[in-house]
Amino acid sequence: MKKIAVLSTFVLFSTVTSAQQAPPAPPPKTSVSNAEDTRMKMLEDQVRTLAEEVALLRNELKDLRETKSAQPPSEGHILLTSARVEPGMLPSALGAPIAAPEAVPAQLAQTQTYGGASSNAKLLNPDISLIGDFIGTAGHNAVSPSRSLEMHESEVGLQAIIDPYARADAFLSFGETGVNVEEAYVTFTSLPAGLLMKVGKMRADFGKVNTIHNHALPFIDRPLVTNNLVGGEDGIDDAGISLSRFLPAPKDWFLEGTAQVFRGDSSDVFQATRRQDLSVVGHVRAYRDLSESTNLDLGASYARGNSAGLLTTSNPSAFFTNIYAADATLRWKPLRRAIYHSFLFRTELFWSARDQLSPVNVFQTQHAFGFYSDAEYRLNRRWTLGGRIDRSGHATAASLTDTGFSAILTYWPSEFSQIRGQYRFGHLAVAPNDFSNANELLFQFLFVMGAHGAHPF
Amino acid sequence: MRHTNTHSRITAVAVALALLCALFFPASGHADNKLQIMTATTDLAALAQEIGGDKVNVESIARGYQDPHFVEAKPSFLLKLRRADLLIVVGLELEIGWLPPLITQSTNPKIQVGAPGYFDASRYARILEIPTGQVTRAEGDVHPLGNPHYWLDPENGLRIARAIQDKLSEMRPNDSAYFAQRYASFEQHLKQADQQWLAEMKPYADRKIVTYHRSWPNFAEHFSLNVVGYVEPRPGIPPSPQHTVELIGLMKREGVRVIVVEPYFDLKTPNAVARETGGQVLVLTPSVGGEKEITDYFKLFDYDIAKLKQAFDATH
Repeated sequence: MKKIAVLSTFVLFSTVTSAQQAPPAPPPKTSVSNAEDTRMKMLEDQVRTLAEEVALLRNELKDLRETKSAQPPSEGHILLTSARVEPGMLPSALGAPIAAPEAVPAQLAQTQTYGGASSNAKLLNPDISLIGDFIGTAGHNAVSPSRSLEMHESEVGLQAIIDPYARADAFLSFGETGVNVEEAYVTFTSLPAGLLMKVGKMRADFGKVNTIHNHALPFIDRPLVTNNLVGGEDGIDDAGISLSRFLPAPKDWFLEGTAQVFRGDSSDVFQATRRQDLSVVGHVRAYRDLSESTNLDLGASYARGNSAGLLTTSNPSAFFTNIYAADATLRWKPLRRAIYHSFLFRTELFWSARDQLSPVNVFQTQHAFGFYSDAEYRLNRRWTLGGRIDRSGHATAASLTDTGFSAILTYWPSEFSQIRGQYRFGHLAVAPNDFSNANELLFQFLFVMGAHGAHPF
Repeated sequence: MRHTNTHSRITAVAVALALLCALFFPASGHADNKLQIMTATTDLAALAQEIGGDKVNVESIARGYQDPHFVEAKPSFLLKLRRADLLIVVGLELEIGWLPPLITQSTNPKIQVGAPGYFDASRYARILEIPTGQVTRAEGDVHPLGNPHYWLDPENGLRIARAIQDKLSEMRPNDSAYFAQRYASFEQHLKQADQQWLAEMKPYADRKIVTYHRSWPNFAEHFSLNVVGYVEPRPGIPPSPQHTVELIGLMKREGVRVIVVEPYFDLKTPNAVARETGGQVLVLTPSVGGEKEITDYFKLFDYDIAKLKQAFDATH
């Protein structure tokens, strides 16, 4: 290559110098034709020199190429009977052995060619994605009305491997009223004794629906019980530390235990007034493959923290909320037709025991129960039909019970967008023996930009 | 009131203790001292088995008749990944929808991305269809790093096997001679078999075919087939009526009679296209284990080539 560089500099230099020489001394006016002849000659000479130089360069280049293709193949080289010449490869002269396409260098060369320095610099950027969630609502709901049309959430996901010992995931949710760090945590993957530790802000491992982001839910809204007992859309989502581990289990069972400690601030469930007011979450998951296509997923969860919304009392740290939950999921998905048909049935039960002050300022504990059950069936590659039934008491007034049901139809134009409609009926308690019926039609458009996220399981 | 707060702390401590106690239950170990290998797909498992012989236990996460883009991240796989010494993946973002959470949750430091036990086979294979210029999803679920179905070229199979041999020797230096010998024998067999496959396919050189998904570029290149169209309008996008009409037109114009479909796709559209064009739908398996009798890497090509020959003969 050096030779080429030297030669090309030489060519350039000679061209420049000759160009400088080109305008000869102004010829005498009497011998115009003579002067033109001289000029032509000079130009011809120049062209000849250039042609010679080009020929020289060509030869040089040819030599270089030949030596290159004649080089013995490297050690990891593999030559099958069928090896053929790469399209981009030069025909090698002198019977030099035809180099078989070499695996690694070929690929490296390709990425280098197509990537370029600027995009290589971006290789260390995290995987970035944005999920847009647009929701529209029509119909009547006097108890908890939502807006007709809203860009409910734009969730930016940033995910990357941090170092050989950890990875990090951050999900920033841009809503209509502000930005919320939905989750941002580091996961230590290489701890001893099979421990998995997460540190940061995260959705607590409490049941199923609490762990799922809005866009990954099989419905547009969240179940009534989530809204009434477990903090609504954000749920138990707090800053803390999570430790989980596989537990010894009978054959064919998968058992996992998780213990989490949080600051104690989660929506309208827990509220910490002092540093000591931490909340805890414990979760045990049992899973078993019933067959290649069917499996059963069971869970039990417990959460405890200081009751939220009691700042008016003299000693809010003495009021606790305990929530117990059980979940069961049955999945069916035939492997040969996994993208066309599947069925899921899930039910989650919640028991809430909340310490609070009664209207006459007496310490009391409200025991409320709620559940939801949902089923979804994938009709074909693009359509899924689902249904859900809801029933839940109010955490602060257990005697008030809401019931409802929903029917859901989902359409996927591709893996990266989703259109969903949901009919929702609610029989909502406003006072003991006083109900308000809600009839609503919800629709949702979801779109995914950027990095391909993992499918939730 | 203080006692309630203490109660909360006791609960926290109890939960933490329960977890810590669990630490001291040893994970059920394996009786043998074999190298535990997990692979993403059956083809990589077959190759690892060829080299590892009886010094390794190999298991694949995906089944051969399953679409490798859409495998479920079942917790039962975690139990297997937890014990793995080596994880071999296809790479090129084929498993992006399901493998990353499995690796993270496996709590196995040996197989984390970048660790010595994480082996990306695509780094050793010749990759086709690496997109140039701007990549957008207007082209469907494109793989920006190239087509991940590269194992369907025996030359790539050999390259991967060679790399697996190096990896196994690195992990078990005492058995390196054994692995080298297994590789040498695999190489010899594969070269022989490849010669035969090429000879069998020679009469059909440059035959035009249509495939459902872009699973076959390496296969088509190696065996000189000409893939002129796809049943999917774009990778990962289900067939549309308009595209199907265009495809029928194309097949009629080009005289294409064979539609190759992977075992995990619906046959309705391909059958309709075949009826219109007088062609034949051919379910070829892109992976070992796609059919019961395809138990190793050799039988994969044996099966597919035999099927292709039949179809070409029948439609000509």
